[in-house]
This record gives sequence, C-alpha cells and structure tokens, in this order.
Amino acid sequence: MTDTVNLFIGLAMGLNLMALASSRIPSIIRIEAAQGMVLGVLPLLLEGEPSALVIAVAAAVVGVKGFLIPSLLRRAMRAAHIDREAAPRLGFVPSLLLGAAATVGALALGLALPLMPEHARLLLVPGSFATIICGLILLMSRTKAITQVCGFLMLENGIYLFGLLLLGSTPLLVEAGILLDLTVAVFVIGIIVDRIQRSFDSLDTRMLTELRE
Amino acid sequence: MIELAIILVPVLTAGVALAWRSNATRPWLLPVAGVLHATLCGWRGLAPPAPLASEWVGFDAVTRAVLPALSLLFLVCSFYALSYLRLRAERPNRTFTGALLMLLGLMSLALQARHVGLLWIAIEGATLATVPLLHFNGTARAYEATWKYLLVGGTGIALSLLGSFCLGYASLYGGGSGDLTFAGLTAQGGALSRPWLMMAWVLMMAGYGTKMGLVPMHTWKPDAYGEAPGVVGALLAGGMTTTAFIALLRVKQVVDAAGLGGMTQQMLLAAGLFSMVVAALFLLGTPDFKRMLAYSSVEHMGILAVGAALGGAGLGAALFHVWNNSLTKGALFLSAGNLRRAAGARTRDDVAGMAWVSPWSARILVTGLLAITACPPFGPFFSELGIVRAGLGAGRGVAVLVFLGSLLLAFLGMTRLVFAIVDGRPGRAAKATGARFRETAGLVVPPLVFLGLSLGLGLTTPPLLRETWAAAVKALEVIP
Repeated sequence: MTDTVNLFIGLAMGLNLMALASSRIPSIIRIEAAQGMVLGVLPLLLEGEPSALVIAVAAAVVGVKGFLIPSLLRRAMRAAHIDREAAPRLGFVPSLLLGAAATVGALALGLALPLMPEHARLLLVPGSFATIICGLILLMSRTKAITQVCGFLMLENGIYLFGLLLLGSTPLLVEAGILLDLTVAVFVIGIIVDRIQRSFDSLDTRMLTELRE
Repeated sequence: MIELAIILVPVLTAGVALAWRSNATRPWLLPVAGVLHATLCGWRGLAPPAPLASEWVGFDAVTRAVLPALSLLFLVCSFYALSYLRLRAERPNRTFTGALLMLLGLMSLALQARHVGLLWIAIEGATLATVPLLHFNGTARAYEATWKYLLVGGTGIALSLLGSFCLGYASLYGGGSGDLTFAGLTAQGGALSRPWLMMAWVLMMAGYGTKMGLVPMHTWKPDAYGEAPGVVGALLAGGMTTTAFIALLRVKQVVDAAGLGGMTQQMLLAAGLFSMVVAALFLLGTPDFKRMLAYSSVEHMGILAVGAALGGAGLGAALFHVWNNSLTKGALFLSAGNLRRAAGARTRDDVAGMAWVSPWSARILVTGLLAITACPPFGPFFSELGIVRAGLGAGRGVAVLVFLGSLLLAFLGMTRLVFAIVDGRPGRAAKATGARFRETAGLVVPPLVFLGLSLGLGLTTPPLLRETWAAAVKALEVIP
C-alpha cells in the first residue's frame, strides 16, 4: 500500500514541474485538475478500510479540486477573453530549474524532520513541501491573474497533502476548512478577476501599478 | 451561552442585512448589532466564569483583556457608518453592511477561539469578509488593492494553516491524542516535538504576521488602507490586527511552554523592531495621508510585537497598547476619511488648507496624530512608556534605543505630512468639494469620541482594565 501511495505522491510532484513548464493557461488548469484528482484518491489509499467519512472527504476533494474549481477557472477565462499565453515574469526554464531544486530541498527537509513510524516510509512530507514551494514559484513568477490563482491552488494542494498526516487523529474540522476555503476563495477571486478585467481592460497584473510608493 | 451570543448576534444581523430591502434603513442594523454586542461583551467582561479547558469557544482571560476594545471600536464606528452610507446613498450597501457585521462576528469568534483549527477558520473567514469592504468605492485603484490583499493575505493565511498542521503533528509525535485546544497543547509542554514546533512557530509567525502587517509581509497594508473607506480602515487597523496579534500570542504560549521561549522572544523582538524601523522610514517619505496611517499601523504592530517579546510587564503594556491603538486609530481613520472626501485628493501635492475647509476633522486629525505619536497625556504615551520600562528592566538597551529612534522618526514624518495638508491655502477645487461634503455631527462626533476615549485611557486608566491585562499576562505566561 505504501508504494502505491508514494507513486501517487510522486505523480503529484511531477505535475508540479509540468505546471511550471507549461506556457498555456488551459494546460495549467488541466494539470491542476489532474493533481486535485490524484490528491483526492490518497485518503482512500492511506486508510486500510476507509470509513464513510474518509470516502466522503475523498469524493468531495475529487469533485471540488478536480471538476468544480477548474470549470470555474475556465469560465472566468472565457468571460474575460484572456489570450492563452501564460506570460511569465521568470522564464519557463529558470522556473522549472527552481522547482526541481525546491523538490530536492523538500526531500532533504523531509528527511531531517522526525516522523511517526507509520509515516516514515511515506513521501507525504517532502511531497507537501515541494508542492507548496512550486506553488509559490508559480504564484510569484507569472503575471496573469488566472495563473496566479493556479499557483495559489497548488499551494493549497501542498497544504492538503500535509493535512493527510493528521487525517486519522484529529477531527475533520480542518479538512472541512480547506474545502470551504477553496470554494469560497475561488468564488471571491472569480468575482474580483471579473472586476479587474472591467476596470483595467486586462487581466495582466503588470497593469496593476497605480499603487506604489 | 453569552459567549456564543457575542458571535451569533453580529452573524445573524448580517443575515438580516442581506435580506433587508430598503437601502436607506439597512445601515441602522449596524448600531443595533453594535449596541447589543457591546452590552454582551461588557456584561461578560464584568462577571466572567472561567471556561473549561476542553471548551473550543470561551471568554477566557485573554479574550476579556481585548474583546471589549474591539466591541467599543465597532460600536462607535457603526454610528459613523450611518452618516457615511447616507453620503453614499447612490451605492447599494447590502453587501457592505452584511460584510461589516460578518467581520465583527468572525473577529469575535477568533478572539474567543481556544482551538488551533477553529482560530484559523475564524481568521480565514474574517479575511474573506473583508474583501467586499475593500472595493466598496468601485474604483480601479480599489480593485488593484483588493487583488493584492487577496494574494498576499491568502498566502499568509495558507502558511498559517500549514503552521497549524505542523503544531498538530508536533502534538501527535509527542504522544498527543489529537486534542488541539490551546489548553491541551500547553499541558503537553515539553513532550511536543521540538523540530515540528519550530516549523509551526516560523510558519504561524509568517502567516499571522501577514495579517498583523509585520515587515516584510506588510505590503498589502498601504494599498488596502489607502483605498478602503475610512470606517473599514479603522476596523482593520484597530480590530483585525488585534485579532492576529492575539492568535500569535496564543501560539506563543504553546511554544513557550515547550521550552522554546528564547526563540519566540528573539524572533518577535527582531520582527517588531524591524517593522518599526521600516515603517518609520516610509513615514518620512510617503506623500499620501491615508497610506501614512497604514505605515503608522505597521509601526504600532511592531510596538505590540516588541512588548510581547519582552513578556511580563512588557506584555501587559502591549495589551494596554492594543486598546490605545484601536481607539486612537479609530479617530485618525475616521477624520482622515472626512478630509479625503472633502479634499477630493490624497497627497501633499494636491491637498492644503484643510483647517479652513473641514476645521473639525482637521483638528481631530492633528490631535489624533499627537496621540498616536505618544504625546502625553494620551493613552499611547503610557503604554509605550511601559514597554520602554520593561525593555530597560530586561537590560535590552540597544532595542530600547532603536524603539525610541523609530518613534522619533515616525513623529517627524507624520507631523510634516499632516501639517502640510492642514496648513496653507485651500485650492479652488477643494473649496468646491468641501462645500459638497460639509461636516455633519454624525461624521465628527464618532472620531471625537475616540479621541476622548484615548485621552481618558491616558489620564485615568480604569483599575478594572489594568486587572484584566494583568490576568491575561498571567494566563499567557506559563512557566515551563
């Protein structure tokens, strides 16, 4: 079972790098959706005999991260008539290299931190840190609002991975918090994206330069 | 029961506001909720039963020391909001009123939360509730500020969630049973896994520090405070920041109890002093008087962090400063909002002679400026004096020197800007807009009340308040 879980986490880490390397917004959204679905399946694999609650969490995560949010993002894109270029501030190769370095660093950090015996052979901690850092890179190095939202979602995916460590021991309150947060965040961000588009006639955040010292 | 009512009254009123039909009468819900909230907080503050260790929500000693300040801030602001929304009668205020009430409810929840996860959810909710408040003016600049707030604030909130998870794992690794209440975590003490605890503290400091606006995570603040209506600025600078500060204090208690007090002290002291210095430098340069208030807020968050780092008497003085900061910032943001509206502009280059255009607001701004830059006999002077004394008592001479130096620079920068916009001759455009937005009692009395409260806190600090701060310090300082 551990090997399957690690395979899925490895897949999610690979998707991080793919997102950093892609130059088209629709493909970044597709990669995010795939990552969401991979992460959604994990709770089922982690628990030997998943309870009804775990199944519900898994279904909700696949539904929200895999379908709902990507479709909201696509709709925002259509509504705002954005062209498909991802418009990086930092080139694709440098960001990919940074992402790879972050993945290695996350593996090292994961080894340095003490883990419970049942988690010791899992890649959850390194996978989580790598995804968080890749998300931050995507968030900071792209200029289109939608790509920044994708970076933020990747960051949230990383945190969700970490949350899986606590799935068995703590009430699902925090898990519920994440889902709620994601939905509301995208909802709010969707509205704002629309308004920015109307006010600035563009979703290029490089245009947002009126406020500076 | 009353604890829950303090949260539910504003939340339910928010629901009523969303369903209310008349745009003209809807804002009256704000003072109604404000009066009820203040009554409940006052009642509970006078006779607090100690909450059980296992309770997730409770009016404990820490809540008692700060929640009444937030309630008072909202109460006075709610009357100002009535007059403000009457000026903006052409704009639908359904979302604005609802979000304002929701913000109060979620901040009340955050200040009463005794569970790591619940605290995070409350602060996350409050962050989202702020969004519609920031772009109420509907200008391009307001949307830009909102976008930056969402990205920076969202990342901060995400990091604090990761920090909460790390704290949970530290407990689990130390043999915990999944009890994530602050009381339970503090009781675990040294059993918590140290590496995970360090991760948790660093992440939470970055996360909740973003919400407080500590440097270098303060970048959203000038934009958001500069573009939001004055009443929203007052609630964020006086309320939201307090909430994040208390969140950090509660986490610090757990980390200290595990024997890592040295680390939390050093980090808070460094972040606090750095925030003060950077804010003071920006205060010397900024030409925009609403952004000036944002940098002043960054500076005062630095002061709170320094006080918390010193612990003991310093922490007590920091809790005193929470009150002073909330009430004085209320006076400043409301009067600055009046001036901004009357002047039709916001920078030193375009605004002058406001003492002739809006004499009352100009006087309040100048007096508020003296209060916030710690001139006696206003409250901030005494709380900052308390922090300086605690610093000298702890033998931190260099830190005290940096602290006083930044206060001086901030004083210079702020007085220069404020007198530039108050003195001189008003331009023709300002006379025209000033005639359109005359000062009414509803716009001038609330900031005056804040000023009076700030003065009152300095002249005669009520013994009851001193007692609540001392009790909160005692509750937060656990000897490992």
